[in-house]
Amino acid sequence: MLRQWFKLVALLIALVPWPAQAVLTIEITGGSEAALPIAIVPFGVEGYAPPEDISEIISNDLASSGRFAPLDKQDLISQPHEGQQVNFQDWRLLRSEGLLIGKVSSQDGQNFQVQFQLFDVYKAEQLVGKRYNVPASGLRSLAHQIADVVYETLTGEKGVFSTRLAFVTEMKNADGSKRYALQVSDADGANPRTVLQSTQPIMSPNWAPDGERLAYVSFENAKSEVYVQELSSGRRNSVASFRGLNSAPAWSPDGKKLALTLSKNGNPEIYVLELASGNLSRVTHNSGAIDTEAVWMPNGREILFTSDRGGRPQIYRVDADGGRAERVTFEGSYNASADISPDGKTMAMVHAVNGKFHIAIQDLQTGAVQVLTDTTADESPSFAPNGRMILYATEQKGRGVLAAVSVDGRIKQRLGESGSAVREPAWSPFRR
Amino acid sequence: MKFFKLFAMVLPLLFLAACSSSPDKGMDGGDVAVEERGADTAGVDGQGADGEDMGAEAKVVVGEDGYAGNELNDPSSPLSNRVVYFDYDSDVVRSEDQETLRAHGAYLAKNPNLTVRLEGHTDERGSREYNLALGERRALSVRQILMLQGASIDQFQVTSFGEERPAEEGSSEYAWSQNRRVELKYIGR
Repeated sequence: MLRQWFKLVALLIALVPWPAQAVLTIEITGGSEAALPIAIVPFGVEGYAPPEDISEIISNDLASSGRFAPLDKQDLISQPHEGQQVNFQDWRLLRSEGLLIGKVSSQDGQNFQVQFQLFDVYKAEQLVGKRYNVPASGLRSLAHQIADVVYETLTGEKGVFSTRLAFVTEMKNADGSKRYALQVSDADGANPRTVLQSTQPIMSPNWAPDGERLAYVSFENAKSEVYVQELSSGRRNSVASFRGLNSAPAWSPDGKKLALTLSKNGNPEIYVLELASGNLSRVTHNSGAIDTEAVWMPNGREILFTSDRGGRPQIYRVDADGGRAERVTFEGSYNASADISPDGKTMAMVHAVNGKFHIAIQDLQTGAVQVLTDTTADESPSFAPNGRMILYATEQKGRGVLAAVSVDGRIKQRLGESGSAVREPAWSPFRR
Repeated sequence: MKFFKLFAMVLPLLFLAACSSSPDKGMDGGDVAVEERGADTAGVDGQGADGEDMGAEAKVVVGEDGYAGNELNDPSSPLSNRVVYFDYDSDVVRSEDQETLRAHGAYLAKNPNLTVRLEGHTDERGSREYNLALGERRALSVRQILMLQGASIDQFQVTSFGEERPAEEGSSEYAWSQNRRVELKYIGR
């Protein structure tokens, strides 16, 4: 009966219109001195004007990475839109190494043809040039896609501007009660979509490797339960609602299994759930300790997790089939919430120093630990799919905000937002 | 000049009188509420000293056993205390809370029809998932003490909200101390 009632409430919650979400905006709080100067000329317009400023989005993307320093618009000597209009000498004088030009044309204001060319100014040659046809609604994601091409061409690494972020927001109602939302935005914080809204807390979103599903923890039935939700349809399944804790979902690299924390046998342990069959296998066996926060190594054979079996939370590694766990972290009295870089070489974690929680990385081969942040209430590190940046949650003036730091610690960003506390970030995989 | 002095002397007196009268009123009001709570079981419906939860709990209890309602809501009984607090990263029940929990345990043993929901919570420091597990561990150590008094395992619902539902907002030592807690919530069967 009570359960039915909860279901009804959940349904009602889903039907109530919620106020528009605020948009995250990226603010660079620390940059790299090695940023590459690049000239991005505002794209020419033929016919109908596009609803999005493509060159502006590209410029913001590249600047936000900390690896590029786009020239100020007023410093641009000329405004070429096609290759034959470019005088490389002009751009050499400005010490710009790259030059991006392009144009947007439309006959009807609905479909747009976009082309761009990227030049090496010193070699006076085109590095890449492409042309696309997109509807007006696709212009923004096309701009991110072009930024990815520019980034990859000039750095040799894949760009992450077309990826997405998942996070949880908490807002206060006028009567003091709270409401929570699981949201997905573009990597630059724009275009937020609400995936789930609830009057009860939501935790631990985790992306399926296909980027099309999210696993998360919801308290909508007054206890922690794990759900899997398909983003395109909004359809979802409860995959774990055992007695006790159901939490910390983590997808295996092949997308077929979820590692979970369950306490159905009395103590929080790591389990692996095979999604197709529903088969559940237990991975850890340590009745005196908290074992939680599983994350798969990219090889799909090993799992990292947090355990206080040694007295204080530390990170351990275990075979996904079970067996003996070995301790991975030794520096400091608190290490938790591991995430692993896509190449499997670097682990990010929450690392406490003098009671302050920072994001740190550990080289899994040498064991060397490097603290990356000077913020003090850091949580939930999540690697960008190219391994370059780590997204995390922290606090600013007592409110939850998201921030990102490069793995070398030199580039720092804050994703500001107004109106609600933001936390539990998870960076999506690359789009397939 | 003299008049001014007199005025300066009288003003604070007036102010004091105003101040002292309002707490009096407040206390009177409080007394009345307390008496109602203690004496009139029918009144538990309306009383809201401890929030809506208590009202709802009391209703169920009265339906089963009027005297039980009295005992649970008697502010001089240890049973009126439904929250116990913990040290940082600890699930050890403090000695000062043992009496409270023994009283609840004995009460549950005496009233096998009653169920209590134990909700574990933590402060905001550290990982959310670890805290979720820590909250459960706290609730379980409370359950263990209650069961030692003869309460049966079927009388408990154990749940944890980790750091997700703070009792006190903010990042002060005080807020943290209020948030590291287990709440006992009586529910009917």
